[in-house]
Amino acid sequence: MYAQMIKTAHSGVHKREDMTEQERAFQDRIDAGEKIEPRDWMPDDYRATLIRQIGQHAHSEVVGQLPEGNWITRAPTLERKAILLAKVQDEAGHGLYLYSAAETLGESRDELVRLLHEGRMKYSSIFNYPTLNWADIGAVGWLVDGAAIVNQVALQRTSYGPYSRAMVRICKEESFHARQGYSAFMAMALGTPEQKRMAQDALNRMWFPCLMMFGPSDKDSVHSEQSMAWKIKVATNDELRQKYVDQTIPQIEYLGLDLPEAGIVWNEARGHYDFDMPDWSEFFNVLKGNGPCNSDRMADRVNAWEDGAWFRDGLMAHARKARARKMAAE
Amino acid sequence: MVAPVPEVRLATNANMAGPVVFTGQTPLTPGTPEHDLFTGLTRLGDNTLILGHRVSEWCGHSPILEEDIALANMALDLIGQTQLWLGLAGAVEGAGRTADDLAFLRDGWDFSNILLVERPNGDFGQTLMRQFLFDAWHQPMLKALEGSADARVAEIAAKAGKEVAYHVERSADLVIRLGDGTEESHTRMQRALDALWTYCGEMFIGDAIDARLAAAGIMPAPESLRPGWDALVGEVLAEATLTPPANPYAHTGGKQGKHTEHLGHLLTSMQWLQRAYPGAKW
Ligand SMILES: [Fe+2]
Ligand SMILES: [Fe+2]
Repeated sequence: MYAQMIKTAHSGVHKREDMTEQERAFQDRIDAGEKIEPRDWMPDDYRATLIRQIGQHAHSEVVGQLPEGNWITRAPTLERKAILLAKVQDEAGHGLYLYSAAETLGESRDELVRLLHEGRMKYSSIFNYPTLNWADIGAVGWLVDGAAIVNQVALQRTSYGPYSRAMVRICKEESFHARQGYSAFMAMALGTPEQKRMAQDALNRMWFPCLMMFGPSDKDSVHSEQSMAWKIKVATNDELRQKYVDQTIPQIEYLGLDLPEAGIVWNEARGHYDFDMPDWSEFFNVLKGNGPCNSDRMADRVNAWEDGAWFRDGLMAHARKARARKMAAE
Repeated sequence: MVAPVPEVRLATNANMAGPVVFTGQTPLTPGTPEHDLFTGLTRLGDNTLILGHRVSEWCGHSPILEEDIALANMALDLIGQTQLWLGLAGAVEGAGRTADDLAFLRDGWDFSNILLVERPNGDFGQTLMRQFLFDAWHQPMLKALEGSADARVAEIAAKAGKEVAYHVERSADLVIRLGDGTEESHTRMQRALDALWTYCGEMFIGDAIDARLAAAGIMPAPESLRPGWDALVGEVLAEATLTPPANPYAHTGGKQGKHTEHLGHLLTSMQWLQRAYPGAKW
């Protein structure tokens, strides 16, 4: 999802008999559905896992500005430009809330940004794919934000209070993005033959990368169990992916577009769509830095940060001077 | 007097595309009140369109997340104002052109923004300085327009004025803090000021169209806004420890459609989809 392949500090679940009394009490609170708050005691691994997950989520919101920003200067009408700008602005805002949630765990935004820029933290694989035609912008809102919502609605039930509350707030905006995205995409799918071609192209290109957002199959996902026990993760990758496919296929059919791959078939017995899995070797390559846009995205972020150092330093220096002047006057 | 609208070409690329809007010069006759008002409105709307576009180029690349958010806000305000000014310009023209038609289907020579707003972004300091120098003119301009004899103009100005009051507060504050920040931030802000200074004079130089609009009480005479701008800019630069350049020269021509080389490139990306797929609905 926006947080993929989050490692817990060790694999496997702590067994109850191996827990200290404090750990048992903590687990009991989680099992009872209580929220953990910043001042509460928590196991170090719980804290570390959450920092990685929330941090990766925050980075995804921030890097996620770039593929959409790619079209802001080429948006075809003033209204579309305004809608896109407002959406990208919301994503930056999500980044801010999430960095604040991570700060409640004792990790600063600057430190998380440093880890990202050093390549030691990741953001969602989806943002390493390019936006190549205008229909991609509708598709990002509809399919990418749509996938994020499936995961984030589940995460509203996550055990860590500030994260859960951030998800509630963010989900409202994401739902709005998904609806706007679908309507922008619909204008393309129902437009001229060229627009329809753009829409089909966007759908075909984005389908598998969107399925990858949920992470590898549960049987291959070694770190999920402890996260599930701690309710840092509340549904499995495969459950969420199925839910996403089931809700999206009728939306594609409504637009009159071809399905993006031949394996999509309604399975009456299961009551779900069958579908083909993405090529996981491509996914792991993207995570390793070999996606189509990894180096461009990182270069953009690192350059923005480095080119902006003088600005941040300038503001800090002014604040120091202003404080000194105030003290001298008192 | 309204000249006949040029013949409308039909789209040939797609059966689902609508008729293609004409892209030429306004059919209004120069010297008429309609032409004057149309020109005055496109000058306002083109300024906000081009500056909004420039600001939006920063998306995802500014020095800190809070600035990404703030710049997006400002770009949104400016684009919203563009919809109003150009929408009214299209209505006054009476040839069926919408704000989008005017934004996306005119060529550079029919754009009448001042040269300042089309200057490239440069570093973040240059972007902020350009914003401040513009805002310091824009706010009093809108204030004056609130008293316009044309109620439609007054109404737009009142709405835009609220947004721009915040823009100038923010940009002045940042100019002060960065001018009086580190040595490097000071140097960068001074360099930005030096680079933009000769593009400020155009805001205060009127032509015959401005004079007639002012005489009709529709828009203020550009010259009348100079003293207020000089005072505010002087005060802010002094607090920022920045030195106003001595060069009094003013580059002009933007208001009459003679632009710098930069505008064409901006329009090339901004108008690309509309130009490549004429008549499509987006
Ligand atoms: Fe978001
Ligand atoms: Fe979103």
